Amino acid sequence: MGTIFTLSILQSALELGCIYALVALALFISFSILNIADLSTDGCFTLGCAVCAMVTISGHPFLALFAAMAAGVCSGFVTAFLQTKMGIESILAGIIVNTGLYTINIAVMGFASNVNLFKCDTIFSMAKEAIGGSFYKILVALLIVVIIGCLLSLFLSTKLGLSIRATGDNTDMVRASSINPAFTITVGLCVSNSLTALSGGVLAQYQKSCDINLGTGMVTIALASLIIGESIIGGGSMAKRVVGVVLGSCLYRFIVAVALRLNVPAECLKLVSALIVAIAIASPYMKGKIAFMKQRSLAMKNYAKEGK
Amino acid sequence: MLDLISISKTFNPGTVNEKKALNGVSLHLADGDFATIVGSNGAGKSTMFNAITGAFFVDEGQILLDNEDITYKKDFNRSKIIGHLFQDPLKGTAPHMTIEENMALAYLRASDHKNSFLSRVNSAEKARFREQLALLDMGLENRMKQPVGLLSGGQRQALTLLMATMVTPKILLLDEHTAALDPATAEQVLKLTKNIIAERHITCLMVTHNMHQALELGNRTLMMDSGKIVLDISGKERDGLTVDSLLEQFRIRAGKQLDNDRILTSM
Repeated sequence: MGTIFTLSILQSALELGCIYALVALALFISFSILNIADLSTDGCFTLGCAVCAMVTISGHPFLALFAAMAAGVCSGFVTAFLQTKMGIESILAGIIVNTGLYTINIAVMGFASNVNLFKCDTIFSMAKEAIGGSFYKILVALLIVVIIGCLLSLFLSTKLGLSIRATGDNTDMVRASSINPAFTITVGLCVSNSLTALSGGVLAQYQKSCDINLGTGMVTIALASLIIGESIIGGGSMAKRVVGVVLGSCLYRFIVAVALRLNVPAECLKLVSALIVAIAIASPYMKGKIAFMKQRSLAMKNYAKEGK
Repeated sequence: MLDLISISKTFNPGTVNEKKALNGVSLHLADGDFATIVGSNGAGKSTMFNAITGAFFVDEGQILLDNEDITYKKDFNRSKIIGHLFQDPLKGTAPHMTIEENMALAYLRASDHKNSFLSRVNSAEKARFREQLALLDMGLENRMKQPVGLLSGGQRQALTLLMATMVTPKILLLDEHTAALDPATAEQVLKLTKNIIAERHITCLMVTHNMHQALELGNRTLMMDSGKIVLDISGKERDGLTVDSLLEQFRIRAGKQLDNDRILTSM
């Protein structure tokens, strides 16, 4: 059997961690910053994957990534439009868009449920030719996540970024600052969904295929990464929190890799990730509760002693 | 400066909960007027403020600010020229953002800043924010990088006041903005309010439940009841007024005793 931690496990965990970190960053914007549960994530991820796959097949692997992002922006715009202009509850708006995207995704893939890119040039195959060795995949994924991370933390410290952050913190205050919250929500969701779709796009090129069910459960997985990241880093500046989210995503992939190594069947992975999310979200609350119970039993013991 | 021309607003019309909150309110505030407003519970004081800020549109009537018709202007567009402080000190600031970031947001109301949406807070602005915070004399200028959530209620309200007046508003609406603070802090925030209003000659409407304040502050006192302004006094007539005679006036005009629980307990 050997050790559980081998270099190749670490390597693939890092590769996937970086790729999926983009979805976690997307949820960082919508869930942590805007305080909106955007449930269109699953569909949007597949949309990015499908669009990227089709453009890659036509021979433009770089353009494909931007096309995926553009598709994500459109999806985010529709979700935002439904909530801000049509008065639909944000969770419902996400579910509606997610449902609609299924058809759109199938249509993008030419009404097939999967597409493969085995004979096409991808950014990874091009990097392989240029760099060689076995680390080219990590380098590409890392480069993308570093660029996006830097751009995102810069964006969040601009005045538009501040307005978006304030929208999730105190909407009344945003209105009082003469900014339309509908506008900041729209921009926030467009940026968020473009990252989700980019993640799907990079994954399509990474695994050289696209499947209609690829995005299922993505929102839970991304949430797990996000929450692990937020609990590692805690508060702090935007840049620090962005780094935390990326670390969280890598850590999550690592946990999954270890679970696989421990002979957890692949079909059980979704259950594992659901458990991780539940534990991660519940742990701060449980910690407080346990601390209180300890304190109470101590106080009661002291009281009993004094009583005698 | 501000003209309310017989504005009316009914909540839940046609239901058992129907409530005529504003019943043909008319008011003219001259430039630089500072009017205090007192009135019973549910008299329509806050509703009048919300009508002015655009939290809802009025059913009837017209609202003019500086001769501009703002009756159907959206709230976030109005906020450029209106400052509004609530009783709740938590309402005016974003708790998870730093003092500096909060001030930067308030500063977006300055008209020349609309096109700098993608710029970051520069050092000139930071220096300006620091200078203004120093005026509060609360030591906040040394805590610019701290989240606002760590400040006390009084500090947050003082900061909100600063933010609301950072870009001088055409009218400042104060809705019992010191009522939730302890007496010493309330006094301090009130002093700041007076200074800022006097210094910049801001037109101001202030709701209060303190009858002494209602007569001492500003140059005009309004009394509201059942969605109407029942008393409007200023000048010499106001100078000779005592709290008792003010209450007596109210009883005559409104045909009943003033029944604001907070007024009664604070007397």
